[in-house]
Amino acid sequence: MSSLETLTLLELAHGRPESMSGADRRPRPIAGRIRATVRGFGALGCRSLLLIALLSIWEAAPRLGLVDPVFLPPFSEVIAAGWQLAQTGELYDDVSASLLRALSGFLISVALIVPLGLLVGWYARLGNLLNQLIEICRNTAPLALLPVFILLLGIGEMSKITMVIYSCAWPLLLNTIAAVRQVDPLLIKSARTMGATAPQLFRKVILPAALPTIFVGIRLASASAMLVLVASEMVGAKAGLGYLIINSQYSFLIPQMYFGILGITVIGLAFNAVLQTLERRFMRWKALVAT
Amino acid sequence: MSSVKISFEHVRKEFVTRGQGSGPADRFPALEDITLDVHTGEFLALVGPSGCGKSTLLDLLGGLTAPTSGRILLDGRRITGPARDRGIVFQQYALFPWRTALENVEFGLDIAGLKAAQRREIARHFLDLVGLSDFARHYPHELSGGMKQRVAIARSLAYDPEVLLMDEPFAALDAQTRETLQTELLGIWRATGKTIVFITHGIDEAVVLGQRVAVMTSLPGRIKEVVDIPVSLRGESDDVRSLPEFGHVRHEVWNLLREEVQKAQQGQSGASASAHRAGRILKELAHV
Repeated sequence: MSSLETLTLLELAHGRPESMSGADRRPRPIAGRIRATVRGFGALGCRSLLLIALLSIWEAAPRLGLVDPVFLPPFSEVIAAGWQLAQTGELYDDVSASLLRALSGFLISVALIVPLGLLVGWYARLGNLLNQLIEICRNTAPLALLPVFILLLGIGEMSKITMVIYSCAWPLLLNTIAAVRQVDPLLIKSARTMGATAPQLFRKVILPAALPTIFVGIRLASASAMLVLVASEMVGAKAGLGYLIINSQYSFLIPQMYFGILGITVIGLAFNAVLQTLERRFMRWKALVAT
Repeated sequence: MSSVKISFEHVRKEFVTRGQGSGPADRFPALEDITLDVHTGEFLALVGPSGCGKSTLLDLLGGLTAPTSGRILLDGRRITGPARDRGIVFQQYALFPWRTALENVEFGLDIAGLKAAQRREIARHFLDLVGLSDFARHYPHELSGGMKQRVAIARSLAYDPEVLLMDEPFAALDAQTRETLQTELLGIWRATGKTIVFITHGIDEAVVLGQRVAVMTSLPGRIKEVVDIPVSLRGESDDVRSLPEFGHVRHEVWNLLREEVQKAQQGQSGASASAHRAGRILKELAHV
């Protein structure tokens, strides 16, 4: 549950600037719009200030001899190593391998688990039946099962994608179940008094009301997918960013290793950005609730 | 007198609660021997102390629960479940936050299977009726409490129910908004000729709105008396509250209620622990 709380806290922190930009969307004269754009860039610069400072320290510290440049090469060297990787085509292979595994596992998990969660949340009896099993499985760290998956499914794509599916399943399942159960009973009552049948109730009330919490599960799952993917690529793979990181370390190609780590970060950020955009699209009605 | 629309016949509703731990199941009556006729086109106000089972009564009327014994007839037919011949307006609005004001008003029509264009047209008409045409595309969180309740009223009217059931609809609003909405509601009632059952704990509200005021007792809930409101208070006068008759009727209802409130308070001060518990449970049940 702690990771769920963290995410909500993060969302709270994120909520404010979003809601402000939402209020800015109203049409306004051109001069005002230019001013707003300038202010927007200013705000962006302000928010990126810390990041820029951090990268500068990364660049400067090894060059000034504050840290051993062998173990922490300057940022520019890491980027240069990345450029080399990109030119040989190795980077493309690794990124595409990782993306394919992460995306397919994540999407399969969403497609299977969200409907299951809806069912379990809707039918209380099914929930009671499955509750114990769910508790046991979700408290078994997916990484602990990595050797089992490799034993059973080999070190090919199958074991990695299964790992991703498995690790995504729990945040998805728990959040979807909670989402359905948390639907305001008054809304259900209200819909029932208007003569809604069970399928109508489900489609027109439960589903839209549950969507925000389901999305919390989806975002947690995407983070979980990346974590498990990197770990499983480190254990046994011939391509992928996790493989790039661990293999570079073994071969003492330290800048490449750092570049692999950056790659993971960028993919994680991109994933999150896509999900946030989707979330904002589907839940426009919630845009201002945070304030 | 006009025909009978809703008829309660010796309605009794009891709730079963499990005692502490694995104790034996407790049964206590929430409503006892409710017999009452509501006429077609009538505006009936129901007042009672909190925990008198007002909301239980409304749930029964709405068809959300069934009486333990007795029966409730609508147009001579027994109520067996929820249907669009009765519209309910809740105190907490119960608007769907993901739907705009207009889409909320469309909900019942959507459930009824109307085509999009048709239900949009009807919804616009009723949103106009409650004076919110300009707010059609606003989401509930962008509306004030009074506006939300207007949307909820429009939503209940849109699918043209014969009876409008209102459960303390204005209790959460500030005094001024409440008075405005009371006036508007009377206007809508006169314009549409709906039968309205209006539950409230406000005596003034009951006397201002109702043609008759049914006073309820608590623990168990019974109809204590039905007070006829003089026609002189039913005029379209701006300020019925200032008329001397208003004071008389208000006092009459207040006297009827006072005993009940005292009784309920005695129960809650611990003189009767079980009554207290029953009252609490009743409240919880009523709000489920």
